[in-house]
This record gives sequence, C-alpha cells and structure tokens, in this order.
Amino acid sequence: MNLTIITNIIYIIASILFIIGLKRMSSPKTARNANLLSAVGMLLAIVATLLTKGLEFEWIIIGLVIGSVIGIFMALKVAMTAMPQMVALLNGSGGLASLLVGWASYHFTPASSLLTTVSTYLAVLIGGVTFTGSVMAWAKLEEKITGRPIQFAGQKIANSLLLAVLVIGGIIFCMNPAGNYPLFLIIIVLSLVLGVMVVIPIGGADMPVVISLLNSYSGMAGAATGFVIINSMLIVAGSLVGASGIILTQIMCKAMNRSLKNVLFSGFGSVKKQSSSAVKGEIKALSPQDAYLVLEAARSVVFVPGYGLAVAQAQHVVKELAELLEKNGAEARFAIHPVAGRMPGHMNILLAEANVPYEQLLEMDNINPTMETVDVCMVIGANDVVNPASRHDKNSPIYGMPIINADKAKTVFVLKRSMATGFAGIENELFYYDNTRMIFGDAKSTLQALVTEFKSGH
Amino acid sequence: METQLDALGLIDLTFLFIIAIFLGVELISKVPSILHTPLMSGSNAISGITVVGAILSTGLTPGSTFCTALGTLAVILAMINVVGGYVVTNRMLEMFKSKEQGQKK
Repeated sequence: MNLTIITNIIYIIASILFIIGLKRMSSPKTARNANLLSAVGMLLAIVATLLTKGLEFEWIIIGLVIGSVIGIFMALKVAMTAMPQMVALLNGSGGLASLLVGWASYHFTPASSLLTTVSTYLAVLIGGVTFTGSVMAWAKLEEKITGRPIQFAGQKIANSLLLAVLVIGGIIFCMNPAGNYPLFLIIIVLSLVLGVMVVIPIGGADMPVVISLLNSYSGMAGAATGFVIINSMLIVAGSLVGASGIILTQIMCKAMNRSLKNVLFSGFGSVKKQSSSAVKGEIKALSPQDAYLVLEAARSVVFVPGYGLAVAQAQHVVKELAELLEKNGAEARFAIHPVAGRMPGHMNILLAEANVPYEQLLEMDNINPTMETVDVCMVIGANDVVNPASRHDKNSPIYGMPIINADKAKTVFVLKRSMATGFAGIENELFYYDNTRMIFGDAKSTLQALVTEFKSGH
Repeated sequence: METQLDALGLIDLTFLFIIAIFLGVELISKVPSILHTPLMSGSNAISGITVVGAILSTGLTPGSTFCTALGTLAVILAMINVVGGYVVTNRMLEMFKSKEQGQKK
C-alpha cells in the first residue's frame, strides 16, 4: 500500500514537471530548460512505475534499453531538414505502443467492465490510426510515395463504410468483449487501414496540418490508455499533448484560411483548377551575376523561405548571403509564413540551425506592413505562400489564404528550379509581374553564386 | 492490470481529462511560432507516457508469454518515442541557445 502511495505521489510530481515544461516552452530562453524538466518528469514516471509491486523486470529492462538506444540513435542521426519525417515516425511509434498496450490488456483480461472495454477499444482505434497515418505521412515526406493526394472513385464511400464497420464492430465488441476475440483482431486491422485511408488523400503541402493532427491523436491515444489502466498521470500527459496538437492544427488551418474538414477531405491540389483570369505578362529570367548588382545596391532585403530551401539544404548559404548583405549596409530579414515547409515552425528550425539570429525572423503579420519599403524580396523555394491570386482571384483554390506580400516589394527575385507549379498545383501570377525576376536553378547553387559575387566584389 | 473502470472512476478520470485539455490549450497558445517544431517534438515525447502502460503490461501479466511479448514491444516503441523525442528536441533547442551566446559576443 505504501508503495502505491509513493508511486502516485511521484506521478503527481511528474505531471507538474510536464506542465511546467510546456509553460516554459513559451520563450526560446527557457525552452531548453523546459525540455529537460519534462524529460526529468518522464524519468520519474518510469521509475515510479518500476516500483509497482510484483513486477517482473527482465523484459521491461530489455525493452527500455532497446527503445532508448534506437531513440537516441535516430535523434542524433536525423538532419534538421528531415525533422517533419522524424516527428511523424516518433508519433507513429507512440501510437503503436498504445495499440499494443490495449491489446495486451484485453488479452490478459478479456472479460472486463464495459467502461474498461470501451477505453481499450478507443486506445486500439486511435493508436492504430496514429500509427499507420504517421507512417503514410512519413512516406509522403520522404517521397517514398507521391506527395500528391491519392484519390480514387468511391473513396469517400469506402472510408464511410470503413468507419461504419469500426463503429458497429466496436459496439458489438464492447457488449461482449470476452466472446469476440476475432472481432477485436478485425478492429485492429481496420484501424490500421483507416490510418492509411485518411492520410493518402491529403497533399504534401498540407502535411503541417496532418502532422499536428497526428500529434494530437498520439496524445489522445495515450489518454485512452490512461483510462484502460486507470492512471491519472497518463490522462493528464495525454491530454496536454492532445491539446497541443489541436492548437497547432488550428493555427495551421487558419494560416491557410481553410477549415480542417477542407484540408482532410478535399484532396487539395489533386486537380489542376484553371484560374479564371488567365495569367498575363511574361517571365523575365535573370542571371545570378545581374541579381548581384541589384542586391549590392539594395538597402533592405527580405528572404521568403519555403520547402524548397529545405530540399536544397540551402539554409547555411542563405545565412552567409544575409551576413554579406548586412556587411554591405543593407538590412536583411527573413519572412516566415506559418505553413512554409512541412511542419509548424519548420523554417525557424532550419534557419536556427544555420545560426540566423531569431530577431531577423519575422512573422507574416509583422513583415507585410513594411513590404513596400523593401528593395529586394527574395523568394527561395516558396510558391503558394506568396501567390497574390489569394488576395483577388475568387476562383483560385487558395483565395483568402493570408500570404506574404512579396509582390509589394520594389523588386522580387524568385529562386526556382523550373516553372513547375507548387504543391497546390496552382499557377503563380507573381512570376509574371513586372517587378519579378526569375533566377532559375538549384537554390543552393544560385545562392552560392551570389555569395561568390559578393566576396569577389569587395 | 486487474482493476476495472466503473462509473465513478470514469467520472473522476473524465473530469481530469477535461481540465487537462483546457490547461493544455492555455499553455500551448502562449508558445511563439518560432518554437512550434520543438514544441511538437517535445510534446510528442510526452505522449510516450504510454510507456507506463507498456511497463505494466509487460511486468504484470504473469503466465502469459503473449502479453509479455506485446508489452515488451510496446515498451520499446514507447521508449523510442520518449527518448527520440526528448533528444531531438534538445538538439533543436541547443541551436537557439548557441545563437544567443553568439550574439552576446
């Protein structure tokens, strides 16, 4: 009995550490310390659990060691540009763990109370969806499968049927858990299928929403597990994570001016919708050498990074260029769109890796009012987040999405591989504007060429 | 692993669940967008708290090899989530820190 009390007191301390950890995440100055506090909380939670009476340690220790080694290895090996994939994988791993805990709990005591059975069902369902959903998100981000939405005839009907079977199956299962082991296995399989089905129709550019949502699910799966084993700390921790996922999902949807429903079900970017107003004007290409002359004279330069920056691994060289511009007496800043990249805050992390001072990183709402005074706005691997069609073309699929007003700058440079459309498959009229110059080629080599010009010019 | 959830227990836990969700929403809304990626990987690590359930499934299911196997696998996966999440978050946040020092110079 005493041991149980001690365990629970430690659980309370761990929960408090998780909460303080999240609270201190609100500033870059305290964030690192926050992460350590949260990790200590987790360590305490694990130690407290190991105090449980009658535990057989052998396999637990083996599991803890193997998991930690793999975790450390993955975390140290991953490149900053691949962070969205990493988070997706970690999410999936947590989801599968919840599923397995639910399964083990059911296998050991099939005839549980109705409420425990319902919780088990939810832990398995949410855990399963989180697992395969995350794996699909990972595959899309790694480009193991196409980043474009995968849609087929009858997809919505198939998904509705799947969901209906899961709900009805769940009800039958919960009424008589002991006699329905095969049904339980079917529920596991269908949950896994559902995870695949819900993520494949979502396009690569919408991944920030998907990753946030899966993050929320993995928390909810943890909370559901808490209901299964009746553990308050699991519920608190799971809910905190669930809430963080919900908030980030909301922020991402708002940044795209789309509802969650639209993101999840519309297959955005699968069909190339023709914009009503045909794009006018001509493309004006520019060589890096000529671009240098403009940059050299510029007093204010704003970089707009997008996913292309991550793909080209150009974060270090752009920082070098920014430094040279500052040395040249210009003001260099970075404008970060909330959904630039493939996960919330993706660009911030890349630029932080390259040691760009975070005072130079500006959010969309802060940079837009000053855009007219900017001499050169350099768009690097971004597309839809600077498409002016969102302001005036009601037929554009991205109409209403808040954008960085790159077109308002005196000169716009667009660094791009080719004239291909962005992930949303929409023609970008910015490229045809009078003040826009296209610099074709790999972003990293273009930026490198500019850096070389600057160095030899001085 | 033998305790069962009854109606009163459910009410207590649901109460906790709802309060914690509200608390989470309050806390997270204050995190600036610059820290969203570490927030995500850090909170992700917290969701590995399932490891507690996994440990109990592994160690408190005497006589069932199958449960021990499921539990062990769950412990491994949850630990990947926990350790991977915290280490990678720390790596990211370190970059913010080193930059601060760089500026002081």
